[in-house]
Amino acid sequence: MSVSWFKYAAPMNFYPLAGKLIPVFWILAIGLTGFGLYWGFFQTPDVLSDQKQYYRIIFVHVAVSWMAMWLYGMMVFWGLVGLVFNTRLSFMMAQATSITGALMAFVALVSGAVWGKVSWGTWWDWDPRLTMMLILMFLYIGYIALHSAIDNSRRADQASAVLSLVGLAVVPIIYYSVNCPNPNECNSLHQESSFKGVESNILLGMLVTALGFWMYSFATILMRVRTIILERDINTKWVSKL
Amino acid sequence: MFNTFWMILKRDLKLALRRRSEVFTVLFFFIIVVSLFPLGVGFNEAMLQQIAPGVAWIAALLSSMLALERLFANDYVDGTLEQMLLTPQPLSMLVLAKMTAHWLLTGLPLILVAPVVGILYHLAPQTVITLMFMLLLGTPILSMIGAIGAALTLGLRGGGVLISLLILPLYIPVLIYGSSAITESTLQSGNIEPHIMLLSAFLLLSLIFSPWATASALKISLE
Repeated sequence: MSVSWFKYAAPMNFYPLAGKLIPVFWILAIGLTGFGLYWGFFQTPDVLSDQKQYYRIIFVHVAVSWMAMWLYGMMVFWGLVGLVFNTRLSFMMAQATSITGALMAFVALVSGAVWGKVSWGTWWDWDPRLTMMLILMFLYIGYIALHSAIDNSRRADQASAVLSLVGLAVVPIIYYSVNCPNPNECNSLHQESSFKGVESNILLGMLVTALGFWMYSFATILMRVRTIILERDINTKWVSKL
Repeated sequence: MFNTFWMILKRDLKLALRRRSEVFTVLFFFIIVVSLFPLGVGFNEAMLQQIAPGVAWIAALLSSMLALERLFANDYVDGTLEQMLLTPQPLSMLVLAKMTAHWLLTGLPLILVAPVVGILYHLAPQTVITLMFMLLLGTPILSMIGAIGAALTLGLRGGGVLISLLILPLYIPVLIYGSSAITESTLQSGNIEPHIMLLSAFLLLSLIFSPWATASALKISLE
């Protein structure tokens, strides 16, 4: 049996498929996020050793931060697929992903600032992770700005895909330089991930919420892709039949 | 292949030297930005010495970026760039020549006026030498990464502001290592060797990849 790998690469075939998938992802998104937040707010121990109630912002904050990073990779991936196979739909996916990604980075910064205000007493600190998220948001904004500045959609797609690839190549260097601005003192600056020590109920709430946000991203990206398809194929026969 | 490199380099330099004011505009932009900071933050000598590395580097980033728009724009307008794309020579080599010309016209002058920063900010002669050396390592990176942005925004309305949005975040490693090396060199136990190595690594990396990325960006823009 031969598999037609590129069947859904045509916007005409993908449009109805996306329409069918969107409700599924919405249900999953609401269900998982609802469960995760319920578990996080009501099924976790009230008082931990040195944490207070405000730690519960973790369920939103960690999920959006993961999404912001993951979506950048996804955006680059779709741009690369588009450059290699010259498929229009991949570029549309990349374009749709960029907006949700920028939003996630923004929410991560805001929720982090609120958390920082109550726990450290300051809205902002030049901590490596905070700085990195800010730079990630700048990269998303650069991508969106370049894409919207070019009128020719084909050039806009390809140029912003190249930009996101260059960004991905430089991100490790930026990450290293932000983490360790003075290479002589690198060892003392290294921060341990506190992931392993997390209480299991909190971990469950966090992971399920993250999964819910993931589904939410899929749903909104697909909705945005459908709009982009309609916008670009406005003059084709199949759109006029809809 | 190297003949083409020399030819383009010589041509770009000759063109720029016919319009010397452009080179001097960038240079004076650098000097003005650097001398505005003390007016804004006060004349405390210790504080000026402390902020000097960061200010010098940010002024260098901005003035290098100021000239980026012109990197391909003139050739694009009169059609030369299209002819360059049609030549059998590898495009990345032509692009590398243009980047080199850009650095010679905007990066090198900054290194030569760096002692002025030293005077304005009361820096020790040793620190000024470190500043010049770090600028020598860092400014070629600015020209090379900036060229990618210039190629992507070729012929767009408001391209100048757009370039800064795309390229400034990518300049961050140069800014961090470049300025922290100078701060480090003022300390008693300072060791700037790691900074030099990391910045050189970034320089080599961009030397390999940026002509290639710029060439493909140009092909997209001129399609």
